[in-house]
Amino acid sequence: MSEKPLISARNLSVGFKIGSGFFNKSTLKAVDNVSLDIVKGSFFGLVGESGSGKTTLGRAFLKAVPITGGHATYQDDEVSYDLGTLTGPALKDFRTRAQLIFQDPYAALSPRMTVRDIIAEPLEVMGLTKTREETDARVREIAAKCRLNLEHLRRFPHAFSGGQRQRISIARALVSRPNFIVADESVAALDVSIQADVLNLLKEIQREMGLTFLFISHDLSVVAHTCDHLAVMYLGRLVETAPTRTLFKAPRHPYTKALFSAIPSLDPDDRRGGQKLIGEIPSPTNQPPGCKFHTRCPMVIDRCRVEEPSLENPGDGHSVSCHRWRELLTMPAE
Amino acid sequence: MTALIDVQNLTLKFRTDEGLITAVDDVSFTIDRGEVMGLVGESGSGKSVTAKALMHLNAKNAVYTPESKILLHTEAGTVDVLKLRTAKELKIARGGAISMIFQEPMASFAPAITIGSQMVEQLLIHSDMNKARAKEISIEMLDRVGISDPSKRFDQYAFELSGGMRQRAMIAMALSTKPSLLIADEPTTALDVTIQAQVIDLMKDLVAEFHMGIIFITHDLGVIAQTADRVSVMYLGKIIEQGPVREVIRHAKHPYTQGLLAALPKLDDLDAPLTPVAGDIPSPLERPPGCVFHTRCPDFIGDVCKTKLPANASVDATHNVACHLYSEGAKA
Repeated sequence: MSEKPLISARNLSVGFKIGSGFFNKSTLKAVDNVSLDIVKGSFFGLVGESGSGKTTLGRAFLKAVPITGGHATYQDDEVSYDLGTLTGPALKDFRTRAQLIFQDPYAALSPRMTVRDIIAEPLEVMGLTKTREETDARVREIAAKCRLNLEHLRRFPHAFSGGQRQRISIARALVSRPNFIVADESVAALDVSIQADVLNLLKEIQREMGLTFLFISHDLSVVAHTCDHLAVMYLGRLVETAPTRTLFKAPRHPYTKALFSAIPSLDPDDRRGGQKLIGEIPSPTNQPPGCKFHTRCPMVIDRCRVEEPSLENPGDGHSVSCHRWRELLTMPAE
Repeated sequence: MTALIDVQNLTLKFRTDEGLITAVDDVSFTIDRGEVMGLVGESGSGKSVTAKALMHLNAKNAVYTPESKILLHTEAGTVDVLKLRTAKELKIARGGAISMIFQEPMASFAPAITIGSQMVEQLLIHSDMNKARAKEISIEMLDRVGISDPSKRFDQYAFELSGGMRQRAMIAMALSTKPSLLIADEPTTALDVTIQAQVIDLMKDLVAEFHMGIIFITHDLGVIAQTADRVSVMYLGKIIEQGPVREVIRHAKHPYTQGLLAALPKLDDLDAPLTPVAGDIPSPLERPPGCVFHTRCPDFIGDVCKTKLPANASVDATHNVACHLYSEGAKA
C-alpha cells in the first residue's frame, strides 16, 4: 500500500499518574512506545486482551487522553495536525473530523433525548449547521444511511433494541461527516444474529463514505472478517502488525499464535489442546522486565527475561516484536 | 444413566403492570449425571430465567403454571423444586444439590467480606462441619481450581483478584458443597479468550472429577461446541431445537439455529459474507402467535406458521426440532 497514512504514530506513549501522596506516586504506562500507520480508507483492527492498552491507544488518536511521549499526527486532504499540541480552534476542527462509536449502546444514548436530538447534538455543539432545517436535513440523510426511518427519529432510545441503538450511535458519530472513526468494541454487547448486521453496516458506510476506521475488539473472528489490517497489543506494546490475511495465515508472535488457538472452535471434535496460555496478563503497574510477554510465553529463553525486543519490520509489511520469531518460522507446527 | 433433574412443561410468567408476560413457555428437558447441557439463545430468550427457576430464584412476581414441574432426584429421594416453600426446604435447591456460577464474578461476591468467609459461610449452612474444617475445605477447593497461594487468597477481597481469578474463586465456592448439578450462567462471557480457554478446561476437568451435571448457558456457539454434550436452543421462551452437540451444530434443522450458525464469523473462510438473522427478537410483550420465530423466519411457509404452534418433531431418537417444516402434514 503506497497511500498516505491518515493517522500516524511514532513512539507514542500514554501514561497516567496514579497514587496520591508524596512517596507513592507512580506512572502507569497504558501505551508504551507504539509506532503505527493507519492508511487512508482502511479498516484497521486493534486486538488484545483487557488491559492491553487498546482502548487508550484509540483514545489517544482522538486526543481524548493526554499524549505523554512521542508523536501522533492526523493528516487528511485539507489539514494536518500534530495531536500532541493541538488546541483551540484547530482542536475544535479536529473533533469534527474524528469521531468515536462506543461499546455499550444502552449506556451511550441519553434516555431523555429523542433520537433526532441525539443525532443532531454534534451538529449543534460544533456549530456545523445554521438553521434547524439544515440540521434536520443532515439528520435525516445520515439516519437513512444507518437504516433508521423517520418514524424512529421521534422516539426515545428505550423503544429500541440493542442493534437499533447501535445504529443510532453510528448515525451520531457520522453526522459531522468525519474522516476517521474509532469503533471501540462496537459489537461486543450485541447478540450474534445482530452483530453481523451492524458489522455489514459499518463496512458499507466505510466504503460509501470513504472513511478510515480504527476497529478495537477482543474478538478475533470479528476482526478477521471486517478489518484489512491488524495490530496486536500486549501490555501497552505493539507486538505484531500485518495485513489481516497474512496475520491469520502465518502469525509470527507467540502471543498472536496463542490468541488464535484460544478461539473456541465450532467443531465439537476439535477440542484441541493447542497452545494454551497459562497465567494472566501482568498488571501494568508492575510490569515484568525484558519482553513483556515472557511470563506467559511458551518459547521463552533467558534473553527474553532481560532484553526487550523492538518492533522489527523485515520489509514485507509484517512487523513483529519478538527475539525468536525467525527461529519460530522454521519450527514444526505444534 | 440416571436423570439428575427433570424439567417438565415449565411455563413461567411475570406479573407486571402491563399484564402477564410469558418468559418461559412449556419447556421440558432432563440432565443426567456427568452430562453438560448447553443452553443457547440470544438476550431475552429466557435462558437465565429458566436456570433461575431450577433454584426457585425468580422474583416474587413470577407465576408458574400448575403443570410446571422441576423434579430434582437426589440420594434422599425426589423433590419438586417448585413445591418448596420455606428457606429450610429450599436449601437443597440453593447451594445444596444445585449451585450456580454467574457471568459477572465481581457482582457475585460481597465486596466487603473476604472470599474466604463467604466460602466458609456457605459450607456452614449446607453441612454440619465446624469452622476450622470449612476453612480447610475452602482452601483445598481454591487450590483445586488453580489459584496460586490459596491460603493468602482466602483472606483477600474480591477486588484484589483479577477477573479470571475471581471466576475461578466463584467456581471453587460453587463446588465446595459438592452439588450434583451446577448451573453456569455465561461463566466465560466477561473473560478474555485466553482466560476463557483456561476456565473451560477447568470446568471440563471438574465435571469428570465430581461426576456432576452442568447446565452451561451461553450465547456463544463456539463455547458450546467445546463444552457441551447436548444443546438446547431457546428463542422467546421456547426450546426450538434440542439434540447432541455434533448433530445440532453440523446438521441444524431449525431455521433459527441455522441462522445463528450462519451469523457467526468463521475463521476458516474470511471471504464468507456475514449473514445476520433478519429483524430483531420481538418484545415479550408482543409475543407472536403461532411459531414464535415466524416474524424473522427465512423459511416461512405460510399461515400455518402464523397460527399454529409447531409440535416437537423428532429428527432421530435424540434430536428434536419444533418447526412446521418438519411436522407431518403441515406442508401446504
